[in-house]
Amino acid sequence: MDDSLSDNRPLKILIADDSDSDRLILKTLLRRLGHEVEDARNGEDAVGIFRKSGADIVLLDALMPVMDGMEAARHIKALAGERLVPLIFLTSLSDADALVRCLEAGGDDFLTKPYNRIIIEAKINAFNRMRLMHRTLSHHRDVIRDRNRQLLEEQEVAKRVFDNVAHTGCLDAPNIRYHASPMSIFNGDVLFACPRPAGGMHILVGDFTGHGLPAAIGAMPVAEIFYGMTSKGFSGSDVLREINQKLCRILPTGMFCCAALIQADFHLNQLQIWNGGLPDGVLIRKNCVFESIASRHLPLGVLGATRFDAVMEVFRTEPGDTLLMMTDGVMEAENGDGEMYGEERVKRSLDDVSNGRSPFDAVMAGIRSFTGKRPEQDDVTLLSLEMAEESELAGVSDGLQQSALEGPAEWHCVYEIQDRSLEQFSPLPLLLHICMEVPGLRHKSGEIYTLLAELYTNALEHGVLGLSSDWKTTPDGFGRYYAERERLLRAVSDHFIRFTLTHTMTDRGGQLTIVCEDSGSGFNYLDVSAVGSESGYSGRGLMLLQKLGRSLSFGEYGTRAEIVYDWHFSEVAAREGRANT
Amino acid sequence: MTDKPHLDQEALTELQDVMEDEFDILINTYIKDSSDRIAHLRSALEQEDADGFSKSAHSFKGSCINIGAPRLGELCSEAEKAGRDNRLGEAAAMVNAIESEFRQVEETLRRFLE
Repeated sequence: MDDSLSDNRPLKILIADDSDSDRLILKTLLRRLGHEVEDARNGEDAVGIFRKSGADIVLLDALMPVMDGMEAARHIKALAGERLVPLIFLTSLSDADALVRCLEAGGDDFLTKPYNRIIIEAKINAFNRMRLMHRTLSHHRDVIRDRNRQLLEEQEVAKRVFDNVAHTGCLDAPNIRYHASPMSIFNGDVLFACPRPAGGMHILVGDFTGHGLPAAIGAMPVAEIFYGMTSKGFSGSDVLREINQKLCRILPTGMFCCAALIQADFHLNQLQIWNGGLPDGVLIRKNCVFESIASRHLPLGVLGATRFDAVMEVFRTEPGDTLLMMTDGVMEAENGDGEMYGEERVKRSLDDVSNGRSPFDAVMAGIRSFTGKRPEQDDVTLLSLEMAEESELAGVSDGLQQSALEGPAEWHCVYEIQDRSLEQFSPLPLLLHICMEVPGLRHKSGEIYTLLAELYTNALEHGVLGLSSDWKTTPDGFGRYYAERERLLRAVSDHFIRFTLTHTMTDRGGQLTIVCEDSGSGFNYLDVSAVGSESGYSGRGLMLLQKLGRSLSFGEYGTRAEIVYDWHFSEVAAREGRANT
Repeated sequence: MTDKPHLDQEALTELQDVMEDEFDILINTYIKDSSDRIAHLRSALEQEDADGFSKSAHSFKGSCINIGAPRLGELCSEAEKAGRDNRLGEAAAMVNAIESEFRQVEETLRRFLE
């Protein structure tokens, strides 16, 4: 209550005895010891006094008229609640049964008549120590309980913030299946998916060393960077480099994030995968041939920017191929005997795939029958991504969030990228960003990005590097194409790609003109019917450009391409109207 | 009959020490209290209330022990047992013995105060 933790102050002692002379003796004795004494003639009065003013220690005669000591003891203990109020029976009782009844009623000890002041003093002191210890413990317990409650409340709030930042993005896409432990608020596993503005998506599977708050705090900037950069059109490698650098800076030594980044392109039917420290992923071909996706890198947050390798492995795929990625939780799922699930069992569980079972279901069922538990109880993160036709995934990128700021409408800019930067840097996010400053274009980010990307890829690969898109039509050529691209890029010199962007307002909306020029030797743009012609635009890219732009024209022997892109107020209004309902 | 002393001098001296100025009050309180107890024992006896008789004897016993009148305490203890065992037939004689012992204690205590 209001008493301090010091044990030097006088105690408030309540005594109850129906014998006036005994009460007088006891009261005097206790006062001489320096305590404050209140006295009562019977149990009922004692309970009344205790209810009104409390007491540190109570001395009760066992047999009293009106209400005896045992009943008073029960009342007083009930009133005291959690507080320890030592209760000592004053008695000349001698039979054991009666003494036991006193203890059962809540008594802590006896004082027998005749009173001995040395014993009284010793008992009062002993019980006072016990009382103080009890109070200290209760106080500590209350503090711990309060802290714990506060911690849980904070975690709840933090979880809401965390869930908003580290949301699951487009994990609900029809070609994705996943299991992530819903149990712990912060289990150290992360799983994000985000559509890319030009179609396709990025998926990040991660496993932070450690659990709890530190892991969650590390996951927040990862989510921010992942979603921010992906939706602006940055490549998987760019995203990886940025996340790695950020984690290097913020994580303490010994903490890092095992992760895999998957860049899925459903248009080109290819997967680019970077695995740093996660268990082997498995690419399950439609014909049940398995391919391991081994970790070839150190986890994120270990190597500094200069030593970090963000090169992603490219895999040619077909619709129906499935990629499985998982965290250590899958490998470490334990059965009753403490054995771990392990790589071999994962592979064996996939034998079921040939029976028509989905890889995801096969592995989940394998874990379940091995551990005998429901997988919800484990820190298991398992992701399955099925390659699909692009058309089946329409609408996945609708959720991309753009800045809410108003922007400029009339502007013109020239951006030229040269030589070594052609190898190291993609200008697309920056150019897209500039275009996205126009509010009317924000909902068109996918189309604008596609236009910029097609123009840039064609200018770089066919214009500057002179690669033939024919190669990409066969699996062998596909690998050769990318190898050659890497090789040529390293040697590129005296080359440039120049973008000239102009935006103006029109009566019905706005008009964006994109001019892309390169320093290559050009191609025969008149022969557009020659799909996949030597060192020319691939037919598919060209058709895409023509479909999206109002007009497409070439000049300067094919080294200059110009696209005019119109947008209308009505489209924007219709779109926003939909979004608001 | 008990062979305990009428008054325990040592206990009384200690009480005197504890009570200081209030020793007189204590003794007078005890004497008054004891007279009431004896009256209470008699009325319980008349009403044949064995339980009340026993409890009264018990309380009286406690204060006698505390004040340093062990022989009177012993008599009270026997009365308490008789009450508890519902042997009220013997109790009248016991109350008489208690009263006569009390007179003696009272006289000695009053002398002690002078």
